[in-house]
Amino acid sequence: MMTAAADISAADVWGYLGDVLDPEIPVLSVVDLGIVRGVTREEDGFTVTITPTYSGCPATDVIQSLIEEKLAAEGVAAKIKTVLTPPWTTDWLSDEGRRKLKDFGIAPPAPGITSKRALLGEAQHVSCPRCNSGNTRKISEFGSTPCKAHYQCSDCLEPFDYFKCI
Amino acid sequence: MQNELFEYALRLGDNNLILGQQLGNWCGHAPDLELDITLANLALDIIGQARLFLSLAGEIEGKGRDEDVLAYHRDVADFRNVLLVEQPNGDWGATIVRQFLYTTWQQLFLTKLVASTDERFAAIAQKAIKEVAYHARFASEWMKRLGDGTEESHNRVQDALNSQWRFADELFDMDNVDRKLAKAGIGVDLAKLQKEWDARIDTVLADATLARPEPQSAMFRGRNGHHTEHLGHLLSDMQFLQRAYPGATW
Repeated sequence: MMTAAADISAADVWGYLGDVLDPEIPVLSVVDLGIVRGVTREEDGFTVTITPTYSGCPATDVIQSLIEEKLAAEGVAAKIKTVLTPPWTTDWLSDEGRRKLKDFGIAPPAPGITSKRALLGEAQHVSCPRCNSGNTRKISEFGSTPCKAHYQCSDCLEPFDYFKCI
Repeated sequence: MQNELFEYALRLGDNNLILGQQLGNWCGHAPDLELDITLANLALDIIGQARLFLSLAGEIEGKGRDEDVLAYHRDVADFRNVLLVEQPNGDWGATIVRQFLYTTWQQLFLTKLVASTDERFAAIAQKAIKEVAYHARFASEWMKRLGDGTEESHNRVQDALNSQWRFADELFDMDNVDRKLAKAGIGVDLAKLQKEWDARIDTVLADATLARPEPQSAMFRGRNGHHTEHLGHLLSDMQFLQRAYPGATW
């Protein structure tokens, strides 16, 4: 039986979780995504609290399995607890995560515009992740995964995904 | 109170499950690739919300039925969805009208449910409301595009609106379950949503150059298990695998 070895700290667990990548966007870790809400030490191991991004995101179950596998491989006894509140928001994407998204060719959501204004569709400034032009247009608000919209750059003409605000 | 809570969670779960199944049937058939992907996205969100409500229903009931058992092992009379969501997909206009009428209601409903004194319902509502804001915008934009489009698209979407209008009243119908839960601060007073719903619908219809249909004799009681013939056909498809091979997993 695995126990919470005294030499493993919560910070170590956060470190291991930083290696667990989103299966849909394999440059972002679950920590970058902001879906890990807490790591606490209990008597018989750690409790890792996670929250889903979208209600219907098919990656949710896979992500939970990947976390379990990773921690088991590192010899960490852990239970996963899923919470719905507070609901996940793109504001929780880390700065590192935003940078990685852009490098990967996905326009990151601007921080702090999760307001109703953004949700209800006033014009959003989305820059092309390849040529940085602000001259872009929305093709469809619904893209290849629940969290992305589909844009095209009007200058370099490259189609790209935009990680939309929620 | 436990029975009412169970019914309530089941109603919310079934509305979404059935609508999500309908939208999923567009996959591979939508007018273009972006719209195909859009309806699949809507279906994912909506079925995701259904799973949360059905899991909650199972938890409240306490008889060991989980979301899958509730989705796959109940028959027509045990489903608690409103009649609107089980109406056939029809053409693109009919699907848009159904989505528009429902999602406008759902958005208003969730705005109230987020303040439920039952934190389990409030938590699901807080999550769903952000997703539904996108659905509402999509549906209203398409109402305008079709209504204010060609003569053909205008006529088709007006016909669809006229034929689905009789199912709208059920969204605001308060029965004993609703009254009891609204009184307890857990559920939503549906009758109070009607005015704002009317206002939003009228605004979009005006932009879409569509006429608000005349009042019709309303169709009720989907939530009591009295369904139109369409639900049985839908379930025979959705539940086939678990009916033929009960408990199958993969």
